Amino acid sequence: MNHSPNLLDEALGLTGRGFGGGALSPGRVVLVEDCVETSGAFVLHHLVKRALSPDRGGTVIFIALSHPFSHYDRILRKLGCNLSMHREHNRFHFVDMLKVEFPNEIQKNAVEHGLVDLYSKILKAVEVSSSGDYSRAHISIVIDDLSILEIVAHGSVDHVLDFLHYCITLTSEQDCSLVILNHEDIYPEMEAPRLLSHLIYLADFVIKAEPLVTGIAADVHGQLTVLKKGTFNDSQYTDKASNFHFQVKENGVELFFPGTRC
Amino acid sequence: MATTPTARPSSFSRNTSTSAASSASAPAPAPGSRIGAGGATFVSSGIPDLDRILGGGFLLGSLVMVMEDAEAPHHLLLLRNFMAQGVVHCQPLLFASPAEDPRAFLGTLPAPVAASKEERQRAPGPDHDEQEQGLRIAWQYKKYFGEQQASNAHNKDVKKEFGNNFDLRKSIERHMLSAQNVDCISIQKFSNLAPLRERCSSFLSKLTGNGVGLAGRIAIQSLCAPQCGYSDWDMVSFVRSLRAMLRYSKAVAIITFPSVILPPSFSKRWQHLADTLLSVRAIPDEDKDLAKLLTGYQDMVGLLHVHKVAQISSQVPVILEASTFSLKLQRRRSLVLERLNQAPVEGSSGTSYGTAGPCSGSLKGSSIDF
Repeated sequence: MNHSPNLLDEALGLTGRGFGGGALSPGRVVLVEDCVETSGAFVLHHLVKRALSPDRGGTVIFIALSHPFSHYDRILRKLGCNLSMHREHNRFHFVDMLKVEFPNEIQKNAVEHGLVDLYSKILKAVEVSSSGDYSRAHISIVIDDLSILEIVAHGSVDHVLDFLHYCITLTSEQDCSLVILNHEDIYPEMEAPRLLSHLIYLADFVIKAEPLVTGIAADVHGQLTVLKKGTFNDSQYTDKASNFHFQVKENGVELFFPGTRC
Repeated sequence: MATTPTARPSSFSRNTSTSAASSASAPAPAPGSRIGAGGATFVSSGIPDLDRILGGGFLLGSLVMVMEDAEAPHHLLLLRNFMAQGVVHCQPLLFASPAEDPRAFLGTLPAPVAASKEERQRAPGPDHDEQEQGLRIAWQYKKYFGEQQASNAHNKDVKKEFGNNFDLRKSIERHMLSAQNVDCISIQKFSNLAPLRERCSSFLSKLTGNGVGLAGRIAIQSLCAPQCGYSDWDMVSFVRSLRAMLRYSKAVAIITFPSVILPPSFSKRWQHLADTLLSVRAIPDEDKDLAKLLTGYQDMVGLLHVHKVAQISSQVPVILEASTFSLKLQRRRSLVLERLNQAPVEGSSGTSYGTAGPCSGSLKGSSIDF
């Protein structure tokens, strides 16, 4: 059952021919930004569904800091993806970080140890994926969401960045890609937003969900801007930016160019 | 009217003894909660209009945050109604505030208004039997009720409703507050938020052992108030832990906070953590421009804005037709929320247009000058 790709898939290059079986994206790191007015969680749901779809045959390691498994299970079920079944077959690894705390009164290095623990859990899941039935499958690591990881780390940006760097090494050593959800309006414009600028630097794709300039509408929930990082190919610099409007539905998301909705 | 005096299952007795039997057979939701679409369970916010606006009430397992107006106490209206609703339904309640003695706040909770005023007038109590001989027809009903049940009929009616209207002029009865399931904690004395976290955690774990399955309510007032002196990261970490604890429990928590006191990035973090986000704002008393712009301005107490509405198990955002409402006191006692209506644009002269009554059908008893 092959569903027709939508504008987001095109912008991410998921529809092109000739890239490896099951790759989430030819680039490796995808940053999804959103704000209070417009939530970008639907992008994550869409990408997870794409990664687990039968024609991709990939596996997903989901680091959940925001919602419990039942939440995603119910949402993805409406999108046509059975997470419980995938979890049983080790195609979907759910790392529940909802109640995990790094107590900083006891040890000085509690944050570090906590993040090291988390990384080792991810490594273990990667090893399980690479050695199991789906050993050739592409692995997608999804983090929902990074701002809560900052809270858990008591605001120590350095540790969070170190952790991210380790995850990014996985994208080159193993066949992984990384999808991170972060809230862009948390970082004020006055100060230098270290974490945000690092993330933008590291990302190959930046997907930004914003409200419409004209305000709230019932049938258009916001606008999505997809920025593809510029690359040099034989002294030719190519980058790409696309902007479209979206409407989120129970069974998917509808994307269309501004003004083409009738 | 000739009736047999024997007790028989008439429509009146359904209210009393057989109600327990009928609810035991069907898997009814716990009292005070309602099942909505998709298996979501709601509890009432204490303001029926707000329940309607939010699509059923407050979702169990969600975190409601209210951004306060730092200069006005309107958030207390929401808190009082929320807590009073929990007390009326005998739902366990945990209240935390920066005041020295949070128990004092409980004395300001409003009393519920009974649904049917006629029944309240008909059953004043067993003492008045002899004096009310004149009202024969009304007291005939007492034969079937029995004396005990007549006085409890009022309370039962109030409890059976999902969401009550509260009379802000009357305080809730003392005996309802002295029940064991109302707990208070002052957050001013502690050096960090670990004790509050412990209290919330034990409160929520006690809920699961609750046989009847009553939903729990946590109300935290002015969490980032300056006199508490908690660090920014400590506070946002607490909010995140509370949200995680709530996800696995059958409770609703409401946190009010003056968002202007927090640094803007932390204020945004708190807003992102909220499942339902509201903000209240006061309306200045004598603002002539606002008076010209909105109808019914004189009766408005404040404005309520709905930023986010909780959605569990769906990715579709809730888009409301209107997200800003005016807080009004209906007949000076119950809180109602109304959509804002723009007053008809005045001509160059003609004060008669300015005082025209609202055309949306909300009658308040405001005078119309001719």
